[in-house]
Amino acid sequence: MILTYALTFAIGAFALALVLNLIRLVTAPTLPDRILAVDTMVVNIIGLIVLYGIQSASGLNFEAAILFAMTGFVSTVAFCKYLLRGSIIE
Amino acid sequence: MLSEILIAVFLVIGGVFALIGSYGLLRLKDPVQRLHAPTKGSTMGVGAVLIASVLWRFFLGDGLSWHEVVVTIFIFITAPLTALYLARAHLHRTLRRQGLPKPANGRLWAGEDLGLEEGN
Amino acid sequence: MLRRIFPHPVLSVTLVILWMLLVNRFALGSLVMAVILAIAIPLMTAAWWPDRPRIARPLALIPYMALVLWDVIVANIQVAKIVLFMPSDQIRSAFITVPIDLESPEAITLLAGTITMTPGTLTADIASDGKSLLIHSLHAPDPDAIRDDIKTRYEARLKRIFG
Repeated sequence: MILTYALTFAIGAFALALVLNLIRLVTAPTLPDRILAVDTMVVNIIGLIVLYGIQSASGLNFEAAILFAMTGFVSTVAFCKYLLRGSIIE
Repeated sequence: MLSEILIAVFLVIGGVFALIGSYGLLRLKDPVQRLHAPTKGSTMGVGAVLIASVLWRFFLGDGLSWHEVVVTIFIFITAPLTALYLARAHLHRTLRRQGLPKPANGRLWAGEDLGLEEGN
Repeated sequence: MLRRIFPHPVLSVTLVILWMLLVNRFALGSLVMAVILAIAIPLMTAAWWPDRPRIARPLALIPYMALVLWDVIVANIQVAKIVLFMPSDQIRSAFITVPIDLESPEAITLLAGTITMTPGTLTADIASDGKSLLIHSLHAPDPDAIRDDIKTRYEARLKRIFG
C-alpha cells in the first residue's frame, strides 16, 4: 500500500522534473545550458525506466536503461567537443 | 512490511532529489552555478531509485540483481566527466577567462591552451 | 611473461567483475568468457595506455570510496538547501585554484571526479602542465578553507593510495 503511494510520488516527481527540463531547454540563455538540460533529461528518463520496472513488476529494463545512459553520455560529450573545437573527431 | 517502508523511503528520496536537481537548473542565475544542481541532485536521485529497485527485487521480486549496480556505477562515473566538459564549454563560449584565477605556477589552463594551439 | 599477457592487471580484474555483473548469474561458461575478454581487451588497447598505473595500497581504496559516498550524501543535502532556500543574490560562487602534488594521471582523474561529486564544488579545468585544478564552488564565503579541505581530506588520502 505504502509502496504504491511512494511509487506514484516518485513517478510524478521524475515526470515533473522532465517538464522543468523541457522548460529549461526552451528558455535556455546559452547553448551549454541547452546541452545540460538534455543531459539532465536523459538522467531523469533513466529514473523513469527504473520506476516503470518496479511498477510493472517485471524488474529492471536493463538494456533500455544502460543504452540511454551510454548514448546520453556520448552525445553530451560530442556536443561539448563540438562547441569547444568545432569538430567532434580530430 | 518493514522492507516496503525502506523501499518507499528510497523512492521518495529519489523523487525529491531529482526534482531539486531540475528545479535548481531553472532557478540558479549564473551559467556555471547551474551545473551544480543536475550533476549532484539528479545523479543522486537516480542512484536512490536504483537502490530502491535492488531492494524491491531482493525482498519482493525474484532475488538479488546486479544490473542496477552496473547502471549506478556508470552514472556515477560519467557525471563528473559531463560536468567537466560542460564547464569547459561554458568558459570557452562566454569568454570569462579574464576573471579566472591563474594556475599555481603562472601557466595556462588546459582549456586556454587549446584555443592558442589551434590559432583561432 | 606475465606482464606481456596482462599489461593492465587492474583493468583485467575490472573487466572480469563487470562481465559477471552484466551476466547477472554465476555460470562457469560466463567466467571463461570473462577471462578471455580480460586478456584480449587490455592487449588490444595497450597501445593507447602505455603506462601501468601504480597503486601502492589498493585496499585503502575501499575506505576512500566509503568516505566519498558519505560526502556525496552530505553534498546533496547542502546543495539542496542552497537551491531551495538561499536567495540567489546571496549565493557567493567563486573560482578557486587548487595546486596538486599528485603525479599519476589516474590519481588526478580520481581527485577531479571526487571534487565534482562532493560538497558544493566542481572541477572546471586542469592546468596545461597538470599541476593545478580549477574548481568552481557554488557557495564559497571562504575559498581558502575549501582549498585546504580538498587538500587534506581527499588529496592526502589519494597520495597514500597511489604511493
